[in-house]
Amino acid sequence: MSPHAAHVIELRNFSFRIGRKEILRDVSFGVRRGEYLTIVGPNGAGKTTLLKCIDRILPGGSGSIDVCGRPLASYRQKELARRISYVPQADGRTFPFTVEQFVLMGRYPYLNPFSSIGREDRQAVRDAMEMTGTAAFADRLLGTLSGGERQQVYIAAALAQGAEVLLLDEPTTFLDYRHQSEVRGLLARANRDSGVTIVAVTHDVNQAALESDRIVALREGSVVFSGPPAEIMKPDVLGRIYGTSFLLIDHPSAGLPVIVPQVPTRSGS
Amino acid sequence: MSRAWTLGLLLVFAVLVLAAAPFFGIESVPVSTLWRADDMAKADILWKIRIPRVLMALLAGAGLATSGMAFQAMFRNPLATPFTLGIASGASLGAVLCIHLGWNFVLLGFSGISVFAFAGAGVAILLVYGLTHSRREFSTATMLLAGVAVSFFFSSLILLLQYLSDFTRTFHMLRWVMGGLENVVDFDEVLGVLPFVAGGCLVVLYLTRELNLITTGEELAASRGVEVYRTKMALFFAASLMVGGVVAICGPIGFVGLMAPHICRLLIGPDHRYLMPATVLFGGAFLIVCDTAARTVMAPTELPVGIITALLGGPFFLWLLLVRRAEL
Repeated sequence: MSPHAAHVIELRNFSFRIGRKEILRDVSFGVRRGEYLTIVGPNGAGKTTLLKCIDRILPGGSGSIDVCGRPLASYRQKELARRISYVPQADGRTFPFTVEQFVLMGRYPYLNPFSSIGREDRQAVRDAMEMTGTAAFADRLLGTLSGGERQQVYIAAALAQGAEVLLLDEPTTFLDYRHQSEVRGLLARANRDSGVTIVAVTHDVNQAALESDRIVALREGSVVFSGPPAEIMKPDVLGRIYGTSFLLIDHPSAGLPVIVPQVPTRSGS
Repeated sequence: MSRAWTLGLLLVFAVLVLAAAPFFGIESVPVSTLWRADDMAKADILWKIRIPRVLMALLAGAGLATSGMAFQAMFRNPLATPFTLGIASGASLGAVLCIHLGWNFVLLGFSGISVFAFAGAGVAILLVYGLTHSRREFSTATMLLAGVAVSFFFSSLILLLQYLSDFTRTFHMLRWVMGGLENVVDFDEVLGVLPFVAGGCLVVLYLTRELNLITTGEELAASRGVEVYRTKMALFFAASLMVGGVVAICGPIGFVGLMAPHICRLLIGPDHRYLMPATVLFGGAFLIVCDTAARTVMAPTELPVGIITALLGGPFFLWLLLVRRAEL
């Protein structure tokens, strides 16, 4: 047994270039099975690229990525899809499929070209839609949904895909408070109750600290922090990651410091 | 109405159209000609002109409609047509060049113009492929730009050749680029186009689930397990060769490839597993109807079928833009 058998994803000295530009540099970290890991970092740090590399949406790169103890390159596409599912920032640009049709497409890795959709597939779709609360608008067209509903539908499709790892690119960035908390609750349930490993990219360090087991921070393509939330919530650590100053206060119930917005400095005052 | 029923009705419609169309035309040909050959001239009209031509309309309509559908899905763009990538322009340039040179020859049963047109389509396909593939990837955005650039480039060469040609030849060129089926005599052309259309349709039929996923975005499709690169490559060549094969014989018949997939999407929804067979049936039947109209509305003069499809297609296109935009 390898020393990191518990890791579903393991990156070792992974670097990735687009053209001449090195987007990721020597990235090494592992994701444990069942872990809730959040990736943070400034704009352009390579967070989204990292997610896409892990799911081989962007193939190539140097160093290695292992998925469930096997090199990423050894997976066939459908086989990989049964392990990892990627939830992009939903742009909603698609042909007029209904929500249910869209979620059903999550079953693609289990179908071959001429097989029909079976009971197991229907059950997986039903479960995913129940769990995400999307069953209520199963027959609506994807294009008519609000941003929050759309994000829930994308997560439902990813869950229907039956992958053990969910990669999410800023799942709550454009949502209002209620939809944010719904999506967060949904991810927490999937993680806690169904044992889905979650790797999410976000700009919201407070939420990352409150909900994840571990946080990895990227800056200019390199890992500059990896550890439990309590360790990142320090002004000097955050300052090194983001290159700006931070003000923290203790959260009333979480037992963690959180970032509070600073009063903007105005000229003349 | 369930999708299976809609598909069944489309099949009935296509079969009826296919069966009836050979008996319409300038010369009246009774149905009994099928089994009683007492009038040799009418038997010839039926067997050597009408039936091959109707079959060609079926193949051309089905091929153009299917490639249009595939391109619309691949580019996630409802305005994509079989001609978007410049393959028809390449074919037209080949045909126009042959007319300009005044070369009349027959190769393997195909006219010189068809041979040149097919070669032109091949050049366009390789050019678009080469330009798209040059950066170690196969991006649809690059493909679209490359296709449009190739299309414009060939179009201006066509205009140049037209400008340099004498009046008769210019007229011949103009007539060719309108598209039409009147060159189809006997089964040679039909048998020539059949492998392109049948092969292309089979490839697209095999990839209907992948097409569904690609319309939701290539990254998402990849994450769902689609081999996006291979799928796009297969679709590009299947659809392009269908277009090339059809256009080499029939010229660039417009609007079928844009319109048929949209009408079928309205009838049966966006799921390509149903949309694909519906598009084949409707595209084929629609072009047979248009061609029958082209042969009869101004008899004894024949209209180019491209005029009929465009006359029906133009208003539909505008209506589509105004009404359906929100849903596409």
